[in-house]
Amino acid sequence: MNGAEFVPLSLVPMLTGIFVAVACALPGNFLVLRRQALIGDAISHVVLPGIVVAFLITGVVSTWPMLLGAAGAAVVAVVAIEAVRRLGRIEAGAAMGVIFTAMFAGGVLLLEQSDTSSVHLDVEHALYGNLESLIWLDATGWSSLWDWQALKGLPVELPRMALTLVVVAAFIALFWRPLKISTFDEGFAQTIGMRTGPLGLALVIMAAIAAVAAFDAVGSIIVIAMFICPPAAARLMTNQLEHQVAWSVVFAVIAAALGYVIAGYGPLWIGLQDSVSAAGMIATMSGIILGLAALFGPHRLRGSAAPIG
Amino acid sequence: MIFDALLLQLGYNATLVTLGAALLGMAAGVGGTFLFLRKRALVSDAISHATLPGVALAFMVMVALGGDGRNLIGLLGGAAISAAAGLLLVSWLSSKTRLAEDAAIGSVLSVFFGFGIVLLTVIQTMSAGRQAGLEGFLLGSTAGMLRSDALVIAVSAAVTLALVLLMRRPLTLAAFDPEYGTSLGQNVPRTDLAMMGLVLAVTVVGLKIVGLILIVALLIIPPVTARFWTERTNYVVLISGLLGGVSAYIGAALSAALPDVPTGPIIVLVGFALFLISLLLAPQRGLVSAVTRHLGYQRQVHLRQGLLALAHGQPIYERMTLRLLRKRGWALPDGVATPEGKGRAAKAMRDETRWQEIRRDPAFEVAASRYDGLTEIESVLTPDQIIEVDRRIGRAGPVPA
Repeated sequence: MNGAEFVPLSLVPMLTGIFVAVACALPGNFLVLRRQALIGDAISHVVLPGIVVAFLITGVVSTWPMLLGAAGAAVVAVVAIEAVRRLGRIEAGAAMGVIFTAMFAGGVLLLEQSDTSSVHLDVEHALYGNLESLIWLDATGWSSLWDWQALKGLPVELPRMALTLVVVAAFIALFWRPLKISTFDEGFAQTIGMRTGPLGLALVIMAAIAAVAAFDAVGSIIVIAMFICPPAAARLMTNQLEHQVAWSVVFAVIAAALGYVIAGYGPLWIGLQDSVSAAGMIATMSGIILGLAALFGPHRLRGSAAPIG
Repeated sequence: MIFDALLLQLGYNATLVTLGAALLGMAAGVGGTFLFLRKRALVSDAISHATLPGVALAFMVMVALGGDGRNLIGLLGGAAISAAAGLLLVSWLSSKTRLAEDAAIGSVLSVFFGFGIVLLTVIQTMSAGRQAGLEGFLLGSTAGMLRSDALVIAVSAAVTLALVLLMRRPLTLAAFDPEYGTSLGQNVPRTDLAMMGLVLAVTVVGLKIVGLILIVALLIIPPVTARFWTERTNYVVLISGLLGGVSAYIGAALSAALPDVPTGPIIVLVGFALFLISLLLAPQRGLVSAVTRHLGYQRQVHLRQGLLALAHGQPIYERMTLRLLRKRGWALPDGVATPEGKGRAAKAMRDETRWQEIRRDPAFEVAASRYDGLTEIESVLTPDQIIEVDRRIGRAGPVPA
């Protein structure tokens, strides 16, 4: 394919997909190790009521109110889950199940009740987004990358996602040691005076930021898949956290790039007319990677720890 | 209109759907209880999301075979097969690899769902112009349901409920005391498998009514709600089934009566409303009773401290203490004890001395362990013992005041 076709049509969605994948996979590593993997699942469900409420208040579909609404809903959900867990003395999984399904149901009901026919807002969109629609109309070819005028026409999702990725990566880099210690040995972390509670909350908030920024472009399904699949696959490859994070980034990039290409061009190769859902295909790819890691990963079994050193 | 719906007056189809939903809700409530007690509530989320590729593939196969593609039994069959595959993958990942169960659940859930979405887009392009209507399985849709479909749902919900009720005993045993169950000769892993089979059946039957994203709520919310009302398993199962049935019944009826109210979300929200009511009002574990209990305890502590202060002739600075003492007529506004207050204070002081005495004596160890500053000493010692204690105190020195 040549640049004149690739750059305007595919470059932006592909890059956005990769940024989303990496931004979710980075905190996902710690969530998987801390057995909080399903928090990503919960957050991406409660984003829906958040954006619906934001829409009902402002009356328009625009970026910042929706991001705020979604972030607000994520915070409400985290607090509510914690409240139900403590007040009702209910295990975390069930508390999560109660809150996120109820909030999602509320979001769907609000959406059906309000008049959103004039705007592009529906449940399907929230679930699997619309990666393919991120077209860079101003681009004419590779040279557009150096053309300021054309760059201004970039879909806003791409720079936003890039920024999110930078924020998430900076958080992980900055708090690397505390995160690592508190993930593997919370008791030890507490004895050396680390405040593990706020740190855990900050991690969840980072995950929420990544999920909220991502959902608009790509929908919940990639977000959930990317929180869990690349880190889980990476976990089966190595015993070292540094290597695991590196593997997870590699897997996330492969899943996003390959998934996008296969969704866009795969059907054409086998003689079909139309492309399939890129979001769905990226999730599928991450699953295939996880499957391969589970079958052949060098550290796939329990107790396959290498000697420490 | 709403009352008509609740009284099943909206026609044959709506009645069938509402009754089917109620039966399904009961089956989900009862089945979900065991899942909840086994702390595996979220496995059902993986199962339900894993149905999507099965539904889509079944549609494709039926179209390829020259059929209509929308045959409900065929679609549900496909859903059951892929849900079973998802379930097997979850247990394979969490038992054969080092991944924890939550990671296994999350990955199976997202990957199967993503693959299902891919297949749905294929279907949209494959049969151009033909509305497959498979999106209805995401959030459930009972509007305009065929009579045969309504019948299928009602009957299979009834069968599922019957199965759950039949297997109640072994499931209870396995959920509560797997070791004891094994010692009785019960095959606990097989019981677990049967439990998962039931959950799978509930999920598949519920697809058309509640939808695959929210069906998990029907399995989780009723047991969690029921847990607020009782400590006994038998009752949890019973109440949970009842709550599930009631929420599904009301939800389905409301959805039939009101425009633009999708069935799945409204059922979930009715269930959640019941949950909130229980969270607030349940007799033992509810929020209101917990707050009342806490306030009562606070009052008791303040009174006790106030009386001891009166006995020592110390001034009372704490406003709440003073207010409580005044309300009972034990102290005047300036903090001076009334005659009755003096008597109470003397008793509090004497009991405190008695407590100190028995806490010194190992012979009273059991009774002394109940000391928390609030327990009445009469409730842990017999009158004879108290006399004995008083005699010892008398020897040690006079009780002040």
